[in-house]
Amino acid sequence: MSVRTLPLVFINLGGEMLYILDQRLQAQNTSEDNSEKVMNDIVGTMFNKAFMDELLKPQQLYSHRTLKTVLTRIAHASIMRLNPASMDRLYELMVMAFKYQVFLCPRPKDLLLISYNHIDTIREFVKDTPVVVNQVDETHRKIIEVYSSLSEGEFQLLRQTLLIFFQDMHVRVSLFLKIQVQNPNGRFALSTSGPVPHGTEVPGLIRTFDSKGREVRRSEFPTGGSYSSPIREGCFELHGDRIIRLGLNMYTVNHPEETHTSKAPSVKTDDTPNLLAKEELNLLARLMGSMKAENKPKAETGFRINLFTTDEEEEEAGASCGAEESLFGVINIQAMQDEQAATELARIAGQFAEQQEQPENPSGNKGDDLLAMMDDL
Amino acid sequence: MYHKEKSIQIKNSASALYNNLGVLRIAPRRLTYFTVVHANVVNMVSASWDGLNYSHRQLQSKEPNVATSTSLIMQAAFCALPSRDLLVVTSQKGIQIYESDGSIMVYWHALDTPETPTAQAVFARGISAVRENYICVGISSGAILVFDVPSKGSNITLSEVLEEHKESITDMAAECSGSQECIADLVSADDGGNLCVWKSGEEFQLLNNIPGFDMSCSSVKLWKGTVVAGYGTGQIRLYEAVTGILHAEVKAHARWIYSLDIAPFSGLLLSAAEDSLVRVWHLSMTPETNSVEVAHLHNECVTDTQICGAKFCDGDGYAFAVTGYDLSEIIRYTQT
Repeated sequence: MSVRTLPLVFINLGGEMLYILDQRLQAQNTSEDNSEKVMNDIVGTMFNKAFMDELLKPQQLYSHRTLKTVLTRIAHASIMRLNPASMDRLYELMVMAFKYQVFLCPRPKDLLLISYNHIDTIREFVKDTPVVVNQVDETHRKIIEVYSSLSEGEFQLLRQTLLIFFQDMHVRVSLFLKIQVQNPNGRFALSTSGPVPHGTEVPGLIRTFDSKGREVRRSEFPTGGSYSSPIREGCFELHGDRIIRLGLNMYTVNHPEETHTSKAPSVKTDDTPNLLAKEELNLLARLMGSMKAENKPKAETGFRINLFTTDEEEEEAGASCGAEESLFGVINIQAMQDEQAATELARIAGQFAEQQEQPENPSGNKGDDLLAMMDDL
Repeated sequence: MYHKEKSIQIKNSASALYNNLGVLRIAPRRLTYFTVVHANVVNMVSASWDGLNYSHRQLQSKEPNVATSTSLIMQAAFCALPSRDLLVVTSQKGIQIYESDGSIMVYWHALDTPETPTAQAVFARGISAVRENYICVGISSGAILVFDVPSKGSNITLSEVLEEHKESITDMAAECSGSQECIADLVSADDGGNLCVWKSGEEFQLLNNIPGFDMSCSSVKLWKGTVVAGYGTGQIRLYEAVTGILHAEVKAHARWIYSLDIAPFSGLLLSAAEDSLVRVWHLSMTPETNSVEVAHLHNECVTDTQICGAKFCDGDGYAFAVTGYDLSEIIRYTQT
């Protein structure tokens, strides 16, 4: 399938992650300075040139596990901390939001407009830090350069690859249920009314021609829907009105319960103990390695972000989550077989392990204490 | 005109791929086979006509010599030749040909995949049986592989490579009316909407090249010398195959068309798209005026579903079946 999915996957999933984190930071009354620092660190890591260059190489889209690992690493490039259960929930939210956008994307090419909506909003988050804005602009330019020449058929292949990746995920998201883009069974609502995509004509007409090309007959048929003419096309340049709303920030500060999720009964979870394919491990190593590792934060200054409504829930979920264990197990076994990958992976796994090993008090609201400390600084 | 019947449950949901439903009617055994692609697996169901017996089988795209790498399947389709029925499965790595019940793989053809991926994706897509003994399969480069199939056994050989299309093949179809008078045997479509019309033989002959309009033609059919093509714009166009004359243009769907099918005995046409609608049309030919009429007959809406496969279950169009993205069932409709 398509070998051009990774850059768009990271920009869109990363964008959704930032929207959610932004909402949580504000809901937890984090100071502006801290919020800005978190955003700058994450965006800086995500839009890092070396990292983006790795993503832009033609390659297959791998598993959710790899994606989640890299996104966790990106999130932890800031002073913010997420326990595994929160990261799982965050990942679910991100993926369901992107699935919704890809599913409802009017034309396959509009995937770019959705990506640009994310980039535009990301630019807003970091607008006071010119260095990071520059990184975002550079990446945006590269994306425009690489993707402008793709045909509609190639974009549809890209979209189909993404849809296969999201297949069978029906996690219910409170916000989506509330605004009725998602049904109680977890499936997205598909309307049979509204404007048709740009380049499509409103259905309902049959035209017949003679051998000389002259129209000889016109007849109408009932469409079973109520469609209208397309609206104007969005802008594909660095700046401009994208027109379509998919990809814009749907979360608002006043309603933290919007990031509530609940699993539909038959959802498949990604903690199967399958060995990661060799190519996938190599990709993981390359991506992790290309992220800048200098600003590794010290444990004391980090603060925790909750994706659950109460700290009790957060602690419970954190304690019961053992998914990360199996991941480390897999990496260790595989590392034996490949010298080069082994050294790099050991270093990465080491970094990861250190960050996870922060003392977690089974009792007490540690998160609140740290937050209090941050605000007193 | 049609009413919904009991759906057939399948083991996995259907993937969003063009023409993602294969149907083979086996009258002597009163059975119908269905195939639906899910990522790297083909779900096969054998359904008895009395509705009492269903048996399931799954085929993986496990290519030889490749341990853990997954290869996504692009399409699975039945090829009904006079001497035998076969099931062809195309993926990112190659082409597999099975006996029609999926029990034995009789042939495997590997695609040339470079060591490090290039900007252009590599895969096979577009499958059709042609005349007595050919199976044609399209490639992402635009090439069409022509395989010569013996009446039994596994001695299938690559007879010819047709290089006419410049963009990835999306779908192919053979003349399905059964008439021996038709000159054109095969039509192939690509991502640019270009259509090539061929005459089969030891060397396939290009009869006509109908240019597209920069919009992918995702599904194509050939009936009584007329090409019926469905596009990403939701349009259906009918062309006279050999001359390229446009007979009719239908603003049929509000989103990308994913599947077309024709019931050859009755001239019924089925179209299905991402807009969640399946439409039934009637095609009638008037040889005197050399014209084709299209009449709309019926709509079915599969709520909140982007349809990816729709096929008639018999040559008269008495029943049809539908698959949709993320749906784990084959929905069936029968004439009232």
